[in-house]
Amino acid sequence: MKILEIKDVHAKIGEKEILKGLNLELEPGKVHAIMGPNGAGKSTLSKTIVGHYDVEVTEGDILYKGKSILNMEPEERALEGIFLSFQHPVEIPGVNNAYFLRTALNAKRKHEGKEELNAAEFLREMKKYLEMLGMKADMISRSLNEGFSGGEKKRNEILQMLMLEPEVIILDEIDSGLDIDALRAVSEGINMMKDGKRSFLVITHYSRILDYIKPDYIHVLKDGRIIKTAGPELVAQLEEEGYESIEEEA
Amino acid sequence: MAQEEINKAVSGEYSLGFEIDIETDVVPPGLNEDTIRFISKKKEEPEWMLELRLKAFEKWQKMEEPRWGHLKYEPIDYQSISYFAAPKKGPESLDEVDPKILEAYKKLGIPLEEQKQLAGVAVDAVVDSVSVKTTYTEELNKHGIIFCSISEAIKDYPELIKKYMFSVVPMTDNFYAALNSAVFTDGTFVYIPKGVRCPMELSTYFRINALNTGQFERTLIVADEGSYVSYNEGCSAPTRDENQLHAAVVELVAMKDAEIKYSTIQNWYPGDENGKGGIYNFVTKRGICAGDNSKISWTQVETGSAITWKYPSCILKGDNSVGEFYSVAVTTLAQQADTGTKMIHLGKNTSSTIISKGISAMKGQNTYRGLVKIGANAHGARNYSECDSLLIGDQCGAHTFPYLESKDIHGQVEHEATTSKISDEQLFYLRQRGIDEESAVSMIVHGFCKEVFSQLPMEYAVEAKALLELTLEGSVG
Ligand SMILES: Nc1ncnc2c1ncn2[C@@H]1O[C@H](COP(=O)(O)OP(=O)(O)OP(=O)(O)O)[C@@H](O)[C@H]1O
Ligand SMILES: [Mg+2]
Repeated sequence: MKILEIKDVHAKIGEKEILKGLNLELEPGKVHAIMGPNGAGKSTLSKTIVGHYDVEVTEGDILYKGKSILNMEPEERALEGIFLSFQHPVEIPGVNNAYFLRTALNAKRKHEGKEELNAAEFLREMKKYLEMLGMKADMISRSLNEGFSGGEKKRNEILQMLMLEPEVIILDEIDSGLDIDALRAVSEGINMMKDGKRSFLVITHYSRILDYIKPDYIHVLKDGRIIKTAGPELVAQLEEEGYESIEEEA
Repeated sequence: MAQEEINKAVSGEYSLGFEIDIETDVVPPGLNEDTIRFISKKKEEPEWMLELRLKAFEKWQKMEEPRWGHLKYEPIDYQSISYFAAPKKGPESLDEVDPKILEAYKKLGIPLEEQKQLAGVAVDAVVDSVSVKTTYTEELNKHGIIFCSISEAIKDYPELIKKYMFSVVPMTDNFYAALNSAVFTDGTFVYIPKGVRCPMELSTYFRINALNTGQFERTLIVADEGSYVSYNEGCSAPTRDENQLHAAVVELVAMKDAEIKYSTIQNWYPGDENGKGGIYNFVTKRGICAGDNSKISWTQVETGSAITWKYPSCILKGDNSVGEFYSVAVTTLAQQADTGTKMIHLGKNTSSTIISKGISAMKGQNTYRGLVKIGANAHGARNYSECDSLLIGDQCGAHTFPYLESKDIHGQVEHEATTSKISDEQLFYLRQRGIDEESAVSMIVHGFCKEVFSQLPMEYAVEAKALLELTLEGSVG
């Protein structure tokens, strides 16, 4: 059983076709890395999966646990367990970070028929993860992403992932702009989430994060399609020879 | 129509001494000296007040309605308005109240007792043009605080009224202020004696109840040396069809070391999505920091009215005095708001802060108009202004007109203005975390208004948030 199946998806942003018949399957419990040149359509793929309104799917289908999600609202997909760590998390002035995250978490708990967490219970949890990720305590009261440094934004994405416990986790360049300590903390957070059931789709340009989180598969995305899938050994080849060397597999 | 023609035809007779029956509860539409004599008589006013009213009326007749606001509306026929109405008997119980209004009360979380008051079921709230004594009076008396209707004050405290009324907003200040000075029917008077810190929030609900009756309240708050008061003005009006004119005047006087905090939630009927119905709100609000180290702070949340024309202002006369203006103005449906503030720096080291947040949705039009004026002797004056607009959808509009006049070259003025559309990326971010669209919008809007809401007294802030949510309900998508 696949957890996510992307079947021959064609997708446009505006008039421009960006995904051109993309196929990809995520297996439960596995880490799938996606690499590919700038502008190939990696972020567009992640947006397509989570239902961003900029993207129009013209052909193909996306199945999550066997069911098509193309007609689901973004929040429904999220509540069902699909999470995207954004390449560029947006700033939302005046919205308290903890308040936001508690609202999101309680929406999810409600969806799952669980009790909502009260403020005290929630804060206890949040503090635990803040500490683990080496984040400052003022992240509780600051406005969501507002004025956060690049690294702080990325850690805040991981914090949300840890607390929301999604099942399909898409990480769009989580490693960009991170210093060594941050990279280690973020990787630890990701590894903690591995439970044999969750799958990860890790979009990256660098092998460094892959050394930490040990991908099972490497997919090469070029010009709107997955042109090659291989084991982790492919990373070394890509680093050496670049994307030009990759021939599309039959 | 026919009645209107007749009224017009006979209106010449009014000015020839046609007496209005003093027993009546509503005067016939129209405005002339007799209407004013009638109001004054109904209020049992002393002769000097009547004289002042007549003087204002005479001046008003020579004045022109201002047209510089960024507002569009049909000319108002001042002769078709009735200028006095005693309260009508309210409904017997909440069962008789329009379910739509009750629904709104419920969403605002207004307690049942208060709902009754708002719907006019109980009589001990300010209903229409006659205000009724509030409950706190006794406690306030202990501190020597005066909190009463302006009509009572005219009778009971003529010296204070003579001294301070028209001292901040002269009767000829502007067209609407002159009209108000001639025909004001009620309002509030507050006096805080020297060194007294008012032990509770003072608040009055103003409502517009009788159909087709212009509302002309007049509020005067005087904080004597070293005193403090926080005053809340909250409003709610039931749905109706006809445009109603509201032209209030508020005057604040803060003496040496005194502080006045004036908070408003304005939620009058905004009219429908085509702009039909709704209230025209032309208000003059001004405070003077008369003494050194005094402070006046205006906080307003404006969500109602078809048209809002309102510029709560501060004259910073005392040295080191402080003026603040925090505003959230929401326009949705076809509402139009032209609002802002004036900060007039006269004293040394005076400082002012302006935080204005305009939110426009649907076909709403929101204009910020602000003036910072620094006088020649206002050495060391400082102003910080921040005007942000948030657009929801693409049929609405936001306009910003900041003016600065500085005679002091050392004055420090900082101005920041932003206009942002509620960004699809912000909305998407929240939805990707499982928050539904409506909650996501309200979260972003609350975030946008945070600096202003944090200035409101606690319960008031809660009310403001609920109101904002209700106002913007269904305006997205
Ligand atoms: N909103 C948009 N409007 C127009 N073009 C867009 C939009 N979003 C993406 N594109 C275009 O789609 C193509 C794919 O973009 P995408 O962001 O998916 O690339 P990427 O593979 O994530 O690149 P990078 O490695 O630089 O992040 C690019 O040519 C980009 O310019
Ligand atoms: Mg990208």
